Amino acid sequence: MPALHHRSRLAIAVVGTAALVLAASDSAVMADIDPAVLQAEAARIEVIRAASRCAVSIFAGDAGGGSGVLVSPDGYALTNFHVVEPAGPAMRCGLNDGRLYDAVLVGLDPTGDVAVIRLLGRDDFPHATPADSDDVQPGDFCFAAGNPFLLATDLQPSISVGIVSGIHRYQFPAGTILEYADCIQVDAAINPGNSGGGLFAETGRLIGVNGRASFEKRGRVNVGVGYAISMNQLRNFSGLLRGGRLIDHATLGATVSSSADGRVLVSDILQSSDAWRRGLRYDDEIVALAGRPVRTVNAFKNVLGTLPAGWRVPLAYRRAGRRHDIVVRLAGVHSAAELAALVAGEPEPPRGGPGPDAPRLPAPRPADRSRPSAETARLPESIRGLYDPRPGFVNFHFNAVERDRVAAVIAKSRPAATAAAWEFAGARAEGGRFQLRLADDEALIDLPTGISRIDPAGDLAADSGPPGSGGLLAALAIWRQLVRSGPTAVGGTTYWGTAPLDPQVLAAGFAAELIDVLEVSVSGMTAQIAVNAGGVVTQMELWTNADAEPCLVRFGSPRPDDPRGLPTRFDVSRGDEVFGTFIVEPAAEGQP
Amino acid sequence: MSAWIRSLVCLLVGGWAVLTMGAGTPQETIRSAARKVVKLYGAGGLRGLESYQSGMLVSPDGTILTVLSTVLDTDEIDCVLDDGSRHRATLKGVDPRRELALLTIDAADLPAFTLEPGGPIAVGTRVIALSNLFGVAVGDERVSAQRGVVSAVVPLEARRGATEAPFTGDVYVLDCTTNNPGAPGGAVVDSQGRLVGMLGKELRSTASGIWLNYALPTAELDRGVRAIMSGTTGSVATDASPFDARLCGLVLVPDLLDKTPPFIEAVLPGSSAATAGLEPDDLVIAVGGRAVASRAAVERELGRLAAGDPVRLSVIRGGRIVECDLGPRPAAKE
Repeated sequence: MPALHHRSRLAIAVVGTAALVLAASDSAVMADIDPAVLQAEAARIEVIRAASRCAVSIFAGDAGGGSGVLVSPDGYALTNFHVVEPAGPAMRCGLNDGRLYDAVLVGLDPTGDVAVIRLLGRDDFPHATPADSDDVQPGDFCFAAGNPFLLATDLQPSISVGIVSGIHRYQFPAGTILEYADCIQVDAAINPGNSGGGLFAETGRLIGVNGRASFEKRGRVNVGVGYAISMNQLRNFSGLLRGGRLIDHATLGATVSSSADGRVLVSDILQSSDAWRRGLRYDDEIVALAGRPVRTVNAFKNVLGTLPAGWRVPLAYRRAGRRHDIVVRLAGVHSAAELAALVAGEPEPPRGGPGPDAPRLPAPRPADRSRPSAETARLPESIRGLYDPRPGFVNFHFNAVERDRVAAVIAKSRPAATAAAWEFAGARAEGGRFQLRLADDEALIDLPTGISRIDPAGDLAADSGPPGSGGLLAALAIWRQLVRSGPTAVGGTTYWGTAPLDPQVLAAGFAAELIDVLEVSVSGMTAQIAVNAGGVVTQMELWTNADAEPCLVRFGSPRPDDPRGLPTRFDVSRGDEVFGTFIVEPAAEGQP
Repeated sequence: MSAWIRSLVCLLVGGWAVLTMGAGTPQETIRSAARKVVKLYGAGGLRGLESYQSGMLVSPDGTILTVLSTVLDTDEIDCVLDDGSRHRATLKGVDPRRELALLTIDAADLPAFTLEPGGPIAVGTRVIALSNLFGVAVGDERVSAQRGVVSAVVPLEARRGATEAPFTGDVYVLDCTTNNPGAPGGAVVDSQGRLVGMLGKELRSTASGIWLNYALPTAELDRGVRAIMSGTTGSVATDASPFDARLCGLVLVPDLLDKTPPFIEAVLPGSSAATAGLEPDDLVIAVGGRAVASRAAVERELGRLAAGDPVRLSVIRGGRIVECDLGPRPAAKE
């Protein structure tokens, strides 16, 4: 390492001297040059300098290597699945400060060809600032920073410059699982080894992660056609990836095709899908998905490819001239076992028809591709205590990290003297009054239709009451336990990831706010609980079983003067049915 | 030294500034020029033969210029415009020598390039290539844009025989990988969006294995379009074969050797050769400025010309070079 350090300093010295020679040689030369040109040059040098600082050169020994890009001061970096897949859970990463850092695998999105790793040893890593990749236009200048042909043995990344050639490109999986949806096409040189490196805008902001290129008859080198995974897609998945998950991509449960007149029509749909439940049928014309217009099958696939399974997204369709707007929950494409098999390296039969010019991946690897298996590979000292593979998780250690982070935010927001029993009373917008009592020994709701009661300490699944709610009392009991006692008090709690609180905000693209979601499994039921940055639970959904319509509860903001910080209303619905809108009255009168 | 540095600095930052500070931004140039580029889908799809290529609109009523290729070997050529609309295209005519084809679609008021045969483009000019490369843009997705520099203006067959193309005139060699599958027929424009040329078919040097990135100049496109419109292009078969010099009134010495020197044996009276002042015993050294070393080469060069193209011979007579214009080349005999 000292030798490398020395060499990089030498390189800097050489470059620096050359620059000095240039600067000092002929001042008249500089005077001839339009100041705007000099400014452009200076700006470009600065952008390249910043991009180089956060560029990661990944070395995976015999398994090859590639590139990455740091996105947080505590060392989280983005790269490609196909770069880390042969490397195993531990890798060595170089930065242009001339130092090598240990890194550990955090999360994988095999379909999207994305991986998150964490570099260890610092909390002040230089990192890139993301930008809205939907603002990118063909003709924009861009930079790729990375480790092409694994040349960065001195840990200095290579920079290639180009323009954006195309946006919203769709690249078929082409015989692999890796699907590049909504990607950015560039003519900056993307060669084997550039995979996983950052694509930067002229402003120096990160707009994507390079990962693929069109190769055909000219050998596996740049032909001016590279593809980067868009920053907006990366952002949608980053919460799940940081949670150490093995991530799946989404399906609507319906396929679409072009009609003769160019409309995008539903050509097949599963009756078990949420889309069917919400009313989508054969031959409906898809108009928009997640707030983006859909005019071609490619556009539909582009939008879908950027969305994680499990999210609820707005869908607009047209039938008989009338537009319908619904919100649909996306399902996973693969089963958990299928995903695990994919990551274990078992080939998947190709899905879409790979074209004759199916692009291949730039993954430089030595001939010997023996992968360290879980049994044979001994964990390096560097990642001891930081790596915990479990079914469904790439590295559960980081799930616990995220879960505990959210728990800490909830705990901070929780008023110290929360009453043992939470009591709410008020009017139901649909008519009548209600009373709700949540305590350690009972959860009770009194409605005009009758009283329902469960024992929070007993089997929550014993009663999915009140009738028609889909498990409202169980949901509220879990909510109270989570908020009062923290995630370890309620069954198995994991960090799910991030999701838009309101599906409609997805129309804002990069600006859409995503919030943390915890997942609780208890008594065969599953609950997903959305927690905002202030530690307040804003929404939860409860499934009494996997195929059931969930009970959705949205919590109204607490009154500022309420020391308990409890919600002022509950909006409860199930599927398309509103169960009730409960307006809580100030608790002054009946509360102890 | 200082001049060297000056050019280095200009190279380093000049191009950047030119593209970022031009009258139109590159984004605007691409946006407006891409509206004149079309995606074409036809025959192919077999190993190594793409079923798609690019084309450019050259008239508002739907005339499309593209390269002559196997993609057009079908009655069902589909043309997708920038707005994603799909049209059935009809082959109107071809120029086999320049390997150009004109198609038409039934449309009106389309944005189109004008084939102004302006001055030659200087080496070093910054250009943007717009094409349907690799077929990655479908439907209403915009064609791909790549930026580069005209790095040379040279005859396409600079290394004689190294590339197999009937066209032998000057082309613009580009410094970027523009001539990918699907790119032939794409537009090359300058920073103002003016047409510089058209990406030619994929050509690989048989000598070095290197793929060539090049564009046919606008002036050549203009000549090709006019030849097609006036019906003066021959068919592929007759044009590729040697042209009988007697049709111009020239009787060359009998072709007995591997490289029979192209001496004129006789000039037919009343022929264009006679009018041009050619005489027996003149030695032909060039056809249209292109050196010919044998009798066979003369007839081959004449064959490369399209019917109607001007025929100009350079001959040696009494130790001096004499230039003779024979007027338009007649059509080859069936």
